[in-house]
Amino acid sequence: MLEIRGLRASVEGTEILHGVDLTIRAGEVHAIMGPNGSGKSTLAQVLAGHPAYTVTGGTVSYEGKDLLGLAPEERAREGVFLAFQYPVEIKGITNAYFLRSALNAIRKHRGLEELDPIDFLGVLEEKAKAVELGDEMMNRPVNDGFSGGEKKRNEILQMAVLEPRLAILDETDSGLDIDALKTVANAVNRLRRPDNATLIVTHYQRLLNYITPDFVHVLADGRIVKSGGKELAHELEARGYDWLRPEAAAV
Amino acid sequence: MTSIESQVLQPYKYGFVTDIDADTVPPGLNEDVIRLISAKKGEPAFLLEWRLKAYRHWLTMREPRWANVTYADIDYQAIRYYSSPRQQKKWDSLEQVDPKLLETFEKLGIPLNEQKRLTGVAVDAVFDSVSVGTTFKETLAKEGVIFCSFSDAVREHPDLIERYLGTVVPSSDNFFAALNAAVFSDGSFAYIPKGVRCPMELSTYFRINASSTGQFERTLIVADEGSYVSYLEGCSAPMRDENQLHAAVVELVALDHAEIKYSTVQNWYPGDAEGKGGIYNFVTKRGACAGRASKISWTQVETGSAITWKYPGCILQGDDSIGEFYSVAVTAGRQQADTGTKMIHIGRNTRSTIVSKGISAGRGQNTYRGQVKILKGATGARNYSQCDSMLIGDQCGAHTFPYIDVRNSTATMEHEASTSKIGEDQIFYCKQRGLSAEDAVSMIVNGFCKEVFRELPMEFAVEAQNLLGISLEGSVG
Repeated sequence: MLEIRGLRASVEGTEILHGVDLTIRAGEVHAIMGPNGSGKSTLAQVLAGHPAYTVTGGTVSYEGKDLLGLAPEERAREGVFLAFQYPVEIKGITNAYFLRSALNAIRKHRGLEELDPIDFLGVLEEKAKAVELGDEMMNRPVNDGFSGGEKKRNEILQMAVLEPRLAILDETDSGLDIDALKTVANAVNRLRRPDNATLIVTHYQRLLNYITPDFVHVLADGRIVKSGGKELAHELEARGYDWLRPEAAAV
Repeated sequence: MTSIESQVLQPYKYGFVTDIDADTVPPGLNEDVIRLISAKKGEPAFLLEWRLKAYRHWLTMREPRWANVTYADIDYQAIRYYSSPRQQKKWDSLEQVDPKLLETFEKLGIPLNEQKRLTGVAVDAVFDSVSVGTTFKETLAKEGVIFCSFSDAVREHPDLIERYLGTVVPSSDNFFAALNAAVFSDGSFAYIPKGVRCPMELSTYFRINASSTGQFERTLIVADEGSYVSYLEGCSAPMRDENQLHAAVVELVALDHAEIKYSTVQNWYPGDAEGKGGIYNFVTKRGACAGRASKISWTQVETGSAITWKYPGCILQGDDSIGEFYSVAVTAGRQQADTGTKMIHIGRNTRSTIVSKGISAGRGQNTYRGQVKILKGATGARNYSQCDSMLIGDQCGAHTFPYIDVRNSTATMEHEASTSKIGEDQIFYCKQRGLSAEDAVSMIVNGFCKEVFRELPMEFAVEAQNLLGISLEGSVG
């Protein structure tokens, strides 16, 4: 589904990613872990197409397409979803209106009929129930006045409604208490299907107690320095990231 | 993908010209032109005198230059002060109106034909200097509501005109109001009798067509005791390279317990991206809450015009009267707006609310200028003001000039202001959900203006949202 080869990217002239290689197949859950400043969030943002980042080398193929050649909204319509680390507020626009507009933009792209507000409410209720997240946030303005936990839950509810093929969760666990963490993890697990894939970007192992990844990768200094199964996450939790640094330097 | 740009394309949808034979006076202004206008309209002597007095006063006045706008001097002798589509005498029904005129208004989305009329909205259509037709006159007459062109009102209700004309905006009020008083050609008049709730929205649609012509319309609305009326105003003009002057005057009078809701969606031609052409919209609008517990509410959505200069205000004379001002002003391209309100609290326990939303894109300059004055006798007066500015791109400007003058210590004043920028992160968030840049901007801007849009009647709210989208099209790269 996703093939990243030698990806290099910089922000404001400073290179952050120094050649990332990663392959994700349909049905898989991958976790990218790493210390602060290792480039985890940069990778997430670059895949989604944030304009602040410049790709300086490498390729990304998504379902056979050149992902880097697509505009951010085209990537979204093709099924790439980013759950933001810091979801953005839009005053005066309800979540329901925002999400319906987004869903309709995606449906239109896929040649499906657009949903009117009534039909949309049906879809929304069904999805909210399926992931056991309430839809009471839907009539409030997008992320306006939301608590940190509410913002993250809202991202996951959006993900449930938009049904991405590739979901990228950028530090979705940060700022969540244990109950909220479980709720979010539970929702993500319920959205797992053989034809979609999830890339979880996280600093801590704790989210992975609830979402079991197929693969864990360690990103340090802009490169993936180690890959393994879910047990790697436990090892990182026990040993920290420092033991991997010399290995990174040696590459 | 680069960052947000401020390049504005501005496709203006209403820029066509109607090819119609017009009866115009030569350019220039003097007493003879005023006498000619008055004679063409068959006006009573008092009105001609009133015009001439205004003209003589205007000659002593200087064009105001305190507004935060810049433009080349206006040559008042180069303007044509009267233009009327040539027509065979007076028509008895709309069916006799030149089909070209009906077609023009149809193109603008204002059907005047019996079958196609907007339901629940009575329309007076003004083409250049004259009213070409008013719909639903009879339905309204059953309730005693008078709604007609200003010229008709002068002929048919001279007493009401003589009684109220110039009582809210005196002919000497300011340079443009004096000019209007001297040369105004037409406009709308409405009178709502005691205790009547006007059964439908009243609306005037203004269309400038002829070139080198100024439009000077005058609107007078009188709501008698305990009555209610909601009035809507819309406008557009062809795309021309020259600047055209629009200097209108609107006077509202609300007697005891009466309420007037006045909504404007202003979409005069704004000029091209380089600032060539466009309407100078220099307008004086004021309402008198003359009676006890009366209420006047102004809602305006200003998306057009090269320059906008207007401060719809309320004189809160009656005790317990209420004044409201809700405004969205958009300046894109090279547009300039200096707009706001005046709330003059005279009576006891008078209240006013001001909500202003300024949006600047491209090289647009947007100024909020508002005055709140609490006079000595206005015990218990209250004002709440909120001025929010939004910037799109980095070549535009937003300015706020609040003037507050309180002469009674029991008054309560609140003022809030904010300036925000549509951020790259906001746009990216929307795009990441599949929305286009245009949809993202339109959504963010509409959310910003929500408090004002919800004050508009339904049909207008939709039009206003669409207009906003069109005005800002291309604002984001």
